[in-house]
Amino acid sequence: MLVPSKPACRALHLLFLVLFLPLFALPLLVIVAASFATGWSGALPSGPTLAHYRDIAHGDPLHALITSVLTALAASVAALTAGTWAALAAQRLGPRTRRVVGTLFLLPVAVPSVVVGLSLLVAFSQPPLLLNGTPQIVIIAHAVLVTAFAHQSVTAALDRLDPAYEQSAAALGARPGHVLWRVKLPLLLPSLTAAVGLCFALSMGELSATMMIYPPDWVPLPVQIFAATDRGSLFAGAALAVALMATTLIVLLGISRIRTRASYR
Amino acid sequence: MRRMRRACWALPPVAALGLVFLYPLALVVWQSVSPDDGGTSASGGGPSLAPYAAVLAETSFRDALANTVLIAAGATVGALLLGLVLALIIAFVPLPGGRALGRFVDIFLAFPSFLITLALLFLYGTVGIANGLWTDATGAASGPLDFLHTPWGVLLAEVTYFTPFVMRPLLAAFSQVDTGQLEAAASLGARPWRIVRTVILPEALPSLAAGGSLVLVLCLNEFGIVLFTGAKDVVTLPMLIYTKAILDGDYTGACVVAVVNIALSVALYALYRTAVSRTAVSRTGGVPHRAGA
Repeated sequence: MLVPSKPACRALHLLFLVLFLPLFALPLLVIVAASFATGWSGALPSGPTLAHYRDIAHGDPLHALITSVLTALAASVAALTAGTWAALAAQRLGPRTRRVVGTLFLLPVAVPSVVVGLSLLVAFSQPPLLLNGTPQIVIIAHAVLVTAFAHQSVTAALDRLDPAYEQSAAALGARPGHVLWRVKLPLLLPSLTAAVGLCFALSMGELSATMMIYPPDWVPLPVQIFAATDRGSLFAGAALAVALMATTLIVLLGISRIRTRASYR
Repeated sequence: MRRMRRACWALPPVAALGLVFLYPLALVVWQSVSPDDGGTSASGGGPSLAPYAAVLAETSFRDALANTVLIAAGATVGALLLGLVLALIIAFVPLPGGRALGRFVDIFLAFPSFLITLALLFLYGTVGIANGLWTDATGAASGPLDFLHTPWGVLLAEVTYFTPFVMRPLLAAFSQVDTGQLEAAASLGARPWRIVRTVILPEALPSLAAGGSLVLVLCLNEFGIVLFTGAKDVVTLPMLIYTKAILDGDYTGACVVAVVNIALSVALYALYRTAVSRTAVSRTGGVPHRAGA
C-alpha cells in the first residue's frame, strides 16, 4: 500500500536486488566457487578440482576442524552452564544486585575480543595459574566471549516465563530443586538450545582472541584459514572456509531439530 | 538469612567470571602502569604513567586511533543507510520470498566476519570476478580495481558484514508499525516518501539508534577483517594490540593500548544499552508487566 504503482514497485525490487545480491549473496557464493578452483583470472574461476577438499580430509586441516568443533562444544557447554546458572540465581536477588550481576555478565561483549585474549595471556602466563600454551586457555577465552550471549538469551526467556507454573508446582509441595529440574528447565529448553547454537556458531568463527593465545598443538580452523590465505593459498583457504560454514550449519540444523522436538512437549 | 542463602547461589558463576575475566582485566590495567618489567611479572617498582606517555607519543598509536575511529564511523554510517533502505523494502514492498530473506540474514550473522574479506578478494581482488570481467572485455593486462588493501577495502567489508545487525532491529520495529496509520496517511494524500519520513522513521528511530551504536562498538573492536585485509598501512587499535603483544613482545605497550580501547568501547557500549532500554520502554510503555504477578 506504500508503493502505489507497479513500475515503482518494480524499480524498488530492482534496487533491492542490485544492493542485496552483490553484497550478501555473492560473497558466500564466490567462496564456494573458489573452493573448487585452482585459478581465477577471468570472469569465472578456472581449473575445476576437488584437490582442496582431498587435502582437508587428512593432515592439519582436518585436525584444525576437529579442534574447532571440540573447542566450540566445550566453550558452549561452559558458557551455557555459567550463563543459565547466573540467570536463574539472579532472578531471586534484589533488583539492585540483579542489575549488577546482569552488567557483569554483559561486560565481555563490550570489551574487545583481542583484549580478552591479551588479558588471559597476561594473567595465566604466571603462577599461580599457568595455562599459557594449553588448549584450556583457548576454551576459556571462547567461553568468556560467548557467555554473555547465553546469559542474555536465558534471562530474556526467564522474563517471559509464566510464574504460574512454578508457583503451582511449589504450592503442590515440590521442592525448589524439583521445580527447577522438572518444570523450569523443560520450559526453558527451547531458549537453552537456541543459546547453545548461537554460542557454538560464534565460537567456531572466533579469530581475534584465538590469534593471541593459540598454542601450536591446538590450532582452530579460523587460524588455519588465516595461515592458508596469508601464505597465498587463497583457494585452499576458501575450501577450509566452506568446511567451517558447512560444519556450523550442520550443527545449527541439528540443534534446531532438538528445538522443534522440544516444542512438541 | 534467606536472602544470604539466595545470594550464595549467585556466587559460583560470578566467581568463575571474576577468575577468567575480571581478574585478567585488572592485571591488564595493572601491567599498563608498570614500566620496566622483565616479562609479565606485575610487581617491579611502583605504578607510573610513564608507559602511557610513551605510547601516546607514538605516531603509530595516533594513526591507529584515527584509523579506528574514522573506519568505524564510516562503516556505521554506511551500514545504517544501507540497512535502512533494505529493511524498508523488505518490510513495506511486497517481495516474493521476503521471509526466506530474513532467514538468510540470520544465517549470515552466524558466520565469522573474516569470510567477507576472503570473499571480497575473489570479487574485487587482483584476481577475481570484477577485474576478470574487465580484462576479458578490454584485453588489458590487469583490472582497474585495487582498493582491497586500503582502508576502503576494510570499510566495504565492515559495511557488508554489519548491515544485517542494523536490519534485524529495524525489521522488528517495522513489524510493529500500525498499517492503519500508513493507510490513513496515504488516503489523505501523503506521498510515499512523506509517509516514510513522518510516520515510519519516528517509530524506527530508537531501533536505528540501537543498531547504529551496536555496529559502532563492533566496528571499533573488529579484528578479523583488518587482519585478513593484510595491509601494512591499515592499523586499527585491536591490530596494534596484536602487533605489540605477539609480534613485538611489548606487553606493557599492548596493555596501554588495550586500556584505551576498552575505555572507548565500554563507553560506547553503555550508550548502546541506554538506546536499547529506550526502545524497550517505548515498546512496552503503558502495557502492564505480567511477570511478578
